[in-house]
Amino acid sequence: MDLVGNLSQLPLGQLAVISEICGDLSVNQRLMTMGMIPGTEIRKVQVAPLGDPIAVEFKGQKISLRKTEAAGVFVDLKD
Amino acid sequence: MPTATLTISSTRITTVALLGNPNTGKTSLFNRLTGLHQKVGNYPGITVEKKQGFFHHEDRRYELIDLPGTYSLSATSIDERIVIDMLSGNLNGIPRPDLVVCVLDATNLQRNLFLTSQVADLGLPMVFAVNLWDAAQKQGITIDFKRLKKRFGIPVIPTIATRGTGLSELKRAIEESLSHQHKSVRVRWPEPILGAQKMLSSRLKTDANQDLTDSELRRLLFDTDSSVTNLVNLPREKTEKAIEDARQIIWKSGMNPLAAEALIQYRHLGDQLEGIISNKGDIRPQSSESIDRLLLHRGWGLVFFLGMMYVVFQSVYTWAVPLMDLIQMIKGKLQETVSKSLASTPMLESLVSDGIIEGVGAFLIFLPQILVLFFFIALLESTGYMARAAFLMDKLFHWCGLNGKSFVPMLSSYACAVPGIMAARTIEEPKSRLATILVAPLMSCSARLPIYVLLIGAFVEPRYGPWWAGFTLFAMHFVGLAIAIPLVWLFTKYLIKTKPHPFVLEMPPYRVPNVRDLFWKMWESAREFVIRAGTVIFAITILVWALLYFPRPAGVATETRTVFVAEKSQELQQTPEAIKSILDDPESELSRELEKQTARNYINQSLMGRTGRFIQPIFAPAGFDWKLTVGILASFPAREEIIPTLGVIYSLGNEIDEESSDLRSSMAGEEWKEGPLAGRKVFTLPVVMAIMVFFALCSQCGSTLAIISKETNWSWALFCFTYMTALAWLCAVTIFQVGMLISG
Repeated sequence: MDLVGNLSQLPLGQLAVISEICGDLSVNQRLMTMGMIPGTEIRKVQVAPLGDPIAVEFKGQKISLRKTEAAGVFVDLKD
Repeated sequence: MPTATLTISSTRITTVALLGNPNTGKTSLFNRLTGLHQKVGNYPGITVEKKQGFFHHEDRRYELIDLPGTYSLSATSIDERIVIDMLSGNLNGIPRPDLVVCVLDATNLQRNLFLTSQVADLGLPMVFAVNLWDAAQKQGITIDFKRLKKRFGIPVIPTIATRGTGLSELKRAIEESLSHQHKSVRVRWPEPILGAQKMLSSRLKTDANQDLTDSELRRLLFDTDSSVTNLVNLPREKTEKAIEDARQIIWKSGMNPLAAEALIQYRHLGDQLEGIISNKGDIRPQSSESIDRLLLHRGWGLVFFLGMMYVVFQSVYTWAVPLMDLIQMIKGKLQETVSKSLASTPMLESLVSDGIIEGVGAFLIFLPQILVLFFFIALLESTGYMARAAFLMDKLFHWCGLNGKSFVPMLSSYACAVPGIMAARTIEEPKSRLATILVAPLMSCSARLPIYVLLIGAFVEPRYGPWWAGFTLFAMHFVGLAIAIPLVWLFTKYLIKTKPHPFVLEMPPYRVPNVRDLFWKMWESAREFVIRAGTVIFAITILVWALLYFPRPAGVATETRTVFVAEKSQELQQTPEAIKSILDDPESELSRELEKQTARNYINQSLMGRTGRFIQPIFAPAGFDWKLTVGILASFPAREEIIPTLGVIYSLGNEIDEESSDLRSSMAGEEWKEGPLAGRKVFTLPVVMAIMVFFALCSQCGSTLAIISKETNWSWALFCFTYMTALAWLCAVTIFQVGMLISG
C-alpha cells in the first residue's frame, strides 16, 4: 500500500482504500452518509465523456460525484 | 358540532410514515398499499409535495404518508428537514406519526440502514420492509431475516412492491408493531458524545426553552446548519457558541464531531449485520456493469443519449399532436353546438363558447404532452437511466449553475414549457431546480412557431428567398437559449441564495420498469396538473374573454352597419336599400364582411382594445402600432392567440391561420396613419425582427406562470413574468432602433 492522493487522481479501475475525507463540510457529510468512511474499499469505474463527473463503486453501490468533490477523499492504493 | 368531534376522536386514524432512501421502490410500495386512495398537497409553508394515502387492515383505518426519499436526517436539504421535523412532531398542524415503515433496498442493506438507525434514535415504533427482494435474490444475496428481526427487535418483512409480494404480511406487521410498540435497537453512543450532549443540554436550557430531546441535541452536535437550531429559543451566536464548546469535548477524545456519527453508526451497523447477509452485497450485478460500459462510453454513450433524447423530444413535439388535435376537434364541435343552441342570447353564447369551453380546452390541451413526457420520465427514472443521463450531461450544465438533470426539462420546454417545468421535479438540487424553472420558458416552444411562420412567410421569404427564411426560422429557436445561458449564471450567482448541494448521485443498477408504476406516474402528473394549474388557467381564460367582450354597447353594431351600408352603396354604386336587402340574407358575402367588421369594432372598443391604444406609446420605440399592441396584449395569456386576434383586428375573422394569404397581404399593406412615421409601412424588416424577438423572449403564457407558481411560489412566477417581459421589450426596442439606424 502506498499513498496516491485523492479519489479524482485515482486511475480508472484501480482498487483503493479510503484513508481520510477532508473537503467541504457538507460534501464530507454527504459522502460519509453514503458509506464512504475511512477503511472502505473503493474503485473508480467511469469518467463522464466530458471529463467530469466520475463514477465510483464501493460497498456494492455506484455513486457519481464531481471531481472537486472527489478531491477531498484521500485514498491508498490496494493491489 | 359536538357529535361530529366525538365521532372523529373515537375513530382516530393511525398515521404511518413511509421512510427510505431514493431508489428503494418506496413509491411503488406506497401505490400498492393505498391504491387510488391518495391525495397530494404541500407541507405547510413550503412547496415540497406531501403525498398521503389511506388503507384498511382489520377494521382499522391507516393514513400513510410518503416521506421524501432521503439518505440521512442531517437536514441540509429541505427534504431532509421535512423528514426530521415530521418524525419529531415539529411540523405545524401535522401530528407525529404513530409508526415508521422503513423501506430498505435488499441489495444495499447496510447503507439503507444508516437512515433507519438515525430514525431509531427518535424512539418511534418501526417495521422494516426489505424491498427489491427479487433483485437481491437474483444477485445471489441471502439475508437471514429471523436474525435480522431479532437483532433489531422489530418486525422485518421481505417485499417485492412491484409485484405486491409481502404486502399483507407488512400490514400485519404494522399492526403488531403498533400494539407491542416495537422499537428498533439503537446505537450505543460513546461516553464523549453523551458528555457533549449533557453539556449542550444544560447550556441551552432556559426558562423559555422547552427541553430538546436527546436526538435533537445530537443533531445539533453532528450537523452543520441544523434545522434544529430554529427550535432553540436563544440568540443565534449563543447557541452556536454552546454547540462549539460541546463539540470540543468530542474533539478532545480524538473524534471529529462532524464525522463521528457516520463512523459510529456504520460500525454499529457492521456489528448488527454480522453473519446476516451472505456475500454482503459486495458484488454489483455484472449485467449492469456491462450496460454502463456501453451507455457511459465516450462515443456510444453520447450517441445513445442523443438518440434517447430525440425520441423524448419527438414524442412530446409530434406524437402528442393527434391527441391534441382530437381535443381541439371536440372543443370545436362543442362550441358549434353551443353557438347554435344559444344563438338567441349572444352574451351567454359567447361566455359558454369563448369563455368556459375555451377555458376547459385551454388546460386540457396540455394533457397529451404532459402524459407522454411523464411516461418517458417514469421510464428513464425506473430503469435507472436518468442518473446516467445526468452523469453524461453534468459538465455541460454545471459551470453555469445547473446540473445534468436540467437537460430533460430544458429540452421538453422546446415543445412546451408546462410539461418542461413539471419535469424539473426530477432535479433534487433546489438551486438548480429553481434556476431551470426560471429559464425554461425562454426555450422556443411550439406555440411560438405560428408567429414566426406568419412573419417570415410574409416579410422575409418574399424579399430574401427561402434560404434566408429557413435560416431565420432556425435562428429564432436559439434566441431564447442564447439569452438563457448568461441569465442562469446570473440567477444562480446573485439571485438564488440557497446553498448548492454536492452532486453526489446514486447510479442504481438497471432495472426492468414496472408497467403499472409507469402508468401511475402518468396519471399522477396529469391529475396534479389539472388540480393545481387547471383552475388558474381556466380563470385566466374567462378573464381574457371578459376583457375582450366588455363593454358591449349595442350602438357599435348599429353604427358599424350604418357606416358599412353607406360605404358599400358608394363602392358598389347601389342604393342603400339594395345593400340592406342583401344584408338581410345572413349567408351573403356582404353579411359576412359586416360581421367581421363588427367584431373588429367591438374588440377595438373593448377593455383590452382600449388598453392597447392607451399603452401603445410604450411599444412605439419598438415600432409597434396600436393594432399590434392590442394583439400582443391579447396574447399575454397565450402567445398563439396573436394570430386569431390579428385576424379579428384586420377584420378577417378569427378563423384564419398563419398561412393565410389575406392576413399576410393586410399586414404588408398596413401603413402608419399618424405620428412621426405617417405614410410609411408598419411592417419593415426591423419591426418584423423586433416582433419575433419579442415573442421569443416575452412571458406570454398564463399556463406557464400558473405552473411556475404551483411548483415554486407566486413570487417566482411574478419575477419570471417581469424579467421576461422587460427583456423582450428591451431587445425589441434595441433591434428596431438599431435597424432604423442602419436602414436609415
